[in-house]
Amino acid sequence: MKTKSVWTRKDLLGLEPLTREELELLLATAESFKEVIGRTVKKVPALRGKTIVNLFYEPSTRTRVSFEIAAKRLSADVINIATESSSVRKGETLIDTGRNIEALKVDLIVVRHNCSGAAAMLARHLRASVINAGDGWHEHPTQALLDMFTLKEKLGRLEGIRVSIVGDIAHSRVARSNIWGLTKMGAHVTVCAPPLLVPPGIERMGVHVTSSIEEALDGADAINVLRMQFERDTGEAFPKQLEYFKTYGITVERLKKAKENLLVMHPGPINRGIEMASDVADGVNSVILEQVTNGIAVRMAVLFLVAQANEPEKKSEKKNGTKR
Amino acid sequence: MKILIRQGRVVDPANGIDEVRDVLVDNGVVADSGRQITKDADTVIDAAGKIVIPGIIDMHVHLREPGREDKETVATGTRAALAGGVTTVLAMPNTDPAMDGVENVRRLSDIVGKTAVARVLVSGAMTLGRAGREPVAAKDLKRAGVVALTDDGSSVDDPEVMKAVLQAAKEAKLLVICHCEDRGISGRGVVNLGYMSTRLGLQGIPRQAEVKRVERDIELAGMTGCPIHIAHVSCRESVDLIWRAKEKGMRITAETAPHYFSLTEEALADYDTNFKINPPLRTAEDVAAMRGGLKDGTIDCIASDHAPHTENEKEIEFDRAEFGVVGLETELAVAITELIEKHVLGWPQVVERLCVGPARVLGYGRGHLKAGAPADIAVVDPAAAWEVTKNGFVSKSRNSAFLGRTLKGRVTHTILDGEVVFARQ
Repeated sequence: MKTKSVWTRKDLLGLEPLTREELELLLATAESFKEVIGRTVKKVPALRGKTIVNLFYEPSTRTRVSFEIAAKRLSADVINIATESSSVRKGETLIDTGRNIEALKVDLIVVRHNCSGAAAMLARHLRASVINAGDGWHEHPTQALLDMFTLKEKLGRLEGIRVSIVGDIAHSRVARSNIWGLTKMGAHVTVCAPPLLVPPGIERMGVHVTSSIEEALDGADAINVLRMQFERDTGEAFPKQLEYFKTYGITVERLKKAKENLLVMHPGPINRGIEMASDVADGVNSVILEQVTNGIAVRMAVLFLVAQANEPEKKSEKKNGTKR
Repeated sequence: MKILIRQGRVVDPANGIDEVRDVLVDNGVVADSGRQITKDADTVIDAAGKIVIPGIIDMHVHLREPGREDKETVATGTRAALAGGVTTVLAMPNTDPAMDGVENVRRLSDIVGKTAVARVLVSGAMTLGRAGREPVAAKDLKRAGVVALTDDGSSVDDPEVMKAVLQAAKEAKLLVICHCEDRGISGRGVVNLGYMSTRLGLQGIPRQAEVKRVERDIELAGMTGCPIHIAHVSCRESVDLIWRAKEKGMRITAETAPHYFSLTEEALADYDTNFKINPPLRTAEDVAAMRGGLKDGTIDCIASDHAPHTENEKEIEFDRAEFGVVGLETELAVAITELIEKHVLGWPQVVERLCVGPARVLGYGRGHLKAGAPADIAVVDPAAAWEVTKNGFVSKSRNSAFLGRTLKGRVTHTILDGEVVFARQ
């Protein structure tokens, strides 16, 4: 490990507050964990004796499973709580639920919630570590980290690369986390969406804004295509599915005008034929399944670093963060 | 009972007074004021280095009684008022039940008579159940003692209903206070629409939700000739609209709240629900416009929009938390800290907005210290710096937007009808 920085955060709530050094440390740590998950015995004892709760207030399969596998690879004990099976339906507040989980001597809570700011609120009230697995439209830091990890693995760097994020930017936590993370690492980010789905002031986050898919593809090293959620019920205007595919859908035809080795990414689950054609999702440019694999390494790194930082007795002696 | 307030700087803009004086209170009224009064008194308050102002008239206060006594009551709310130098409040009618009929108003007046420690003026709802559909019986409410009509908390969407309300209010000689919000535009928004809503991933409230409704209500006021008062102005464009209406000679008045002239949406960075307010905190430009409006008189009054909520209603997910903040105990200090200390307004102008303006808007004979006037007085230590803490509140609720802030200026004594009703220990 070349970097000298040490992870000191009890929680990972978003990429916005992180420094470039912290992002580099996360990615470098993930790199060493990626080697672990390629072994025949895919397990290290780093978090043996630790208990991790996945507290999911929104349906999610891939993120939850990815966190669960990551925790198990680190030898932690994992418990999953989904809204259906818990007392949250009985009207318990998020803070009370968190405090009860903490009283069970849980070290780390991974939380997914439909309200923006929910993870931050939980973190303020708990001594246990909180990892944001997606809060409302706000942030989804581990998704952005795995996107960045994949980009760095494929392109060798993040500095100076051109990444376009296409889709419903306004309601996307994946977009926000990617924007913060990538711009801090020196990448050029373009967001591309129908004007209705571009939130006001987004350019202040350091991105270029366009409504032209051709412009978004032109010269890009990678495109990150967001899932279009037509089932949203926010009372706001929303484009029609077919119309969207015609104007913004990623097709083989459109890719012809892009860089030949353009990376096509998607946080999943894909709506085939809505934001992306099937032959693109399964095509040579697609790194979508590699993203999923990298998600484990990235989440191992996050769990590991956050757990280490929240261990008071080790804080002083640990100088170099990642020795295992 | 004679009270002599000695050698304070008496700021009484209604009478053009701003100088060090003695004020003698006798038999509930201001008996005399002058450079030096040598008469005897039962109580002498040494006000050297302090400011002596008329008791504040806060025309936008949610006392929550009846219905939500867990948030605030007439008793606790009026005690909080006195601690903030406020001697008269106008109680908002969005109680449960709402103040939409004579019976309910009588019931509240009865509670006020028994438990209030400050003066409470009562406002009535504009429509039955505050539902925006059927106008209340304005004349009956007036006879029952209400001084204004408002559906505060919401706006009447149907312009025909609003017109009917304005006509009835005009005939009953009642002021109409407009909460200007087009819910068709504000929707489920929780913060100002702009960079902060984008950054935080929260649904935004477009400024047009307020501006369009201010525009409409001014237009309807013009058509009916009924005077209206625009509550809690938060947008620069609203100030412009009100200025233009006043220029045309219309009887439009307006208020803004301390949070709108001192805080911006940037305060929301940590999702602190004590900054979740409706209308939402806006931008630095809007804060500047509020200050400008207070300076040039486009905005007549400062009112707290004191909106107490329990911790259970605030310490939850941002989207689910209630809108609103308490303000009775901080409004004067925020005005001193943000307006006087920053040289936006002088003392006479601040007293004009806190006391004289509301009295004029409500046609209420207080807010000044002329000999013979009811002795409602606040004595303020302008140099006292104090930290706003949860435990420091007299109000039942602590949902303040200024928690943790050090404010300048604190009320040391509050006098109501010639009695010292509050003295800080």
